[in-house]
Amino acid sequence: MANDVKKVLFGPLLNENPIALQVLGICSALAVTTKMETVIVMSLAVTMVTAFSNAAVSLIRNHIPSSIRIIVQMTIIASLVIVVDQILKAYAFEVSKQLSVFVGLIITNCIVMGRAEAFAMKNSPGLSFLDGIGNGLGYSLILIVVGSFRELFGSGSWFGIQLFQLGTEGGWYNANGLMLLPPSAFFIIGIFIWILRTRKPEQIEHEG
Amino acid sequence: MFEHYLSLFLKAVFVENMALAFFLGMCTFIAVSKQVETATGLGIAVIVVQAITVPINNLLYQYVLNEGALSWAGLPNTDLTFLGLISYIGVIAAMVQILEMTLDKFVPSLYNALGIFLPLITVNCAILGGSLFMVERDYNFGESVVFGVGSGLGWAIAIMALAGIREKLKYSDIPDGLKGLGITFIIVGLMSLSFMSFSGIQL
Repeated sequence: MANDVKKVLFGPLLNENPIALQVLGICSALAVTTKMETVIVMSLAVTMVTAFSNAAVSLIRNHIPSSIRIIVQMTIIASLVIVVDQILKAYAFEVSKQLSVFVGLIITNCIVMGRAEAFAMKNSPGLSFLDGIGNGLGYSLILIVVGSFRELFGSGSWFGIQLFQLGTEGGWYNANGLMLLPPSAFFIIGIFIWILRTRKPEQIEHEG
Repeated sequence: MFEHYLSLFLKAVFVENMALAFFLGMCTFIAVSKQVETATGLGIAVIVVQAITVPINNLLYQYVLNEGALSWAGLPNTDLTFLGLISYIGVIAAMVQILEMTLDKFVPSLYNALGIFLPLITVNCAILGGSLFMVERDYNFGESVVFGVGSGLGWAIAIMALAGIREKLKYSDIPDGLKGLGITFIIVGLMSLSFMSFSGIQL
């Protein structure tokens, strides 16, 4: 049992990372990573929604007719996202403005849907909740790595604290503007996957 | 007037490309871009759904959800904006279902060609993203039609281009760890870089 819990909770971090291996939920992973502040808020939001939607779907899994299960899951997820959105608007208005439409887009984040469909429909609520947390953490890990790179090299800071003195303010570091633009996010994730798969050769795709 | 719409259209297709500038619809973008044929099918489906759902959600927002929008029903003080997300996704799911049934009945050949892609579209972030951007930028009905078609078209162009590149990629010698997902990300990055050259275009 303890093994199960460990596998479910920490497996998604590196071994079965939702972004790197399962290609889920990349949509928002790239868009919010220019600053660490938004990264942390987004990670928390996604982890919470995944965990609670998994638990909720799992609780009623034996009562959902399979023909309408997608719409039931969608409704549960949408309600949870509305709760998160309202909380953010109330307590972190600035961040919620910066995240703009991407909070709403958690609804269509494939991680949430994917885990509800693939895991929560078959497992008990407790385990599903942990699976949600685990996958949320896996998602957060990539976001934090990508976000750290982009903020550090793009604007010389981390969590808004200036680490590299910028050239424009008399320092030595010339900010790399490309890091703040969309393409860099793709490159960083691509390279991250490369490193991960070089270390874990069993994840390499051989066909195509 | 026409110029305004044209500029909005070009902006939606190239400058603010849904896939390459806003990362929307990435999951399907990466997963279903192995062959040009399937990518084209999905691209067309996205254009159609986007062109229908964005204007409908616009009407929904203007006449039901927005603050004071219900004044035609004698309820000037009601503010239902918090119901936005759940209603948009509901509209999208319903529209996709209706479209699927209509196509099945009247154009079976197209229905067979699109196959599993239609239901997949419900969870495509580009579709919901289109509606959310429409609300955030306060488009009117005409603008939302143009924006819907334009953003759908931009997404379709991007996925077709990526599928074309990936088909050629079969013949290249890629390092083991980069095969599949890794190299796809790098390619999308390069495509996104080239689309950046459209930024700043004004009509």
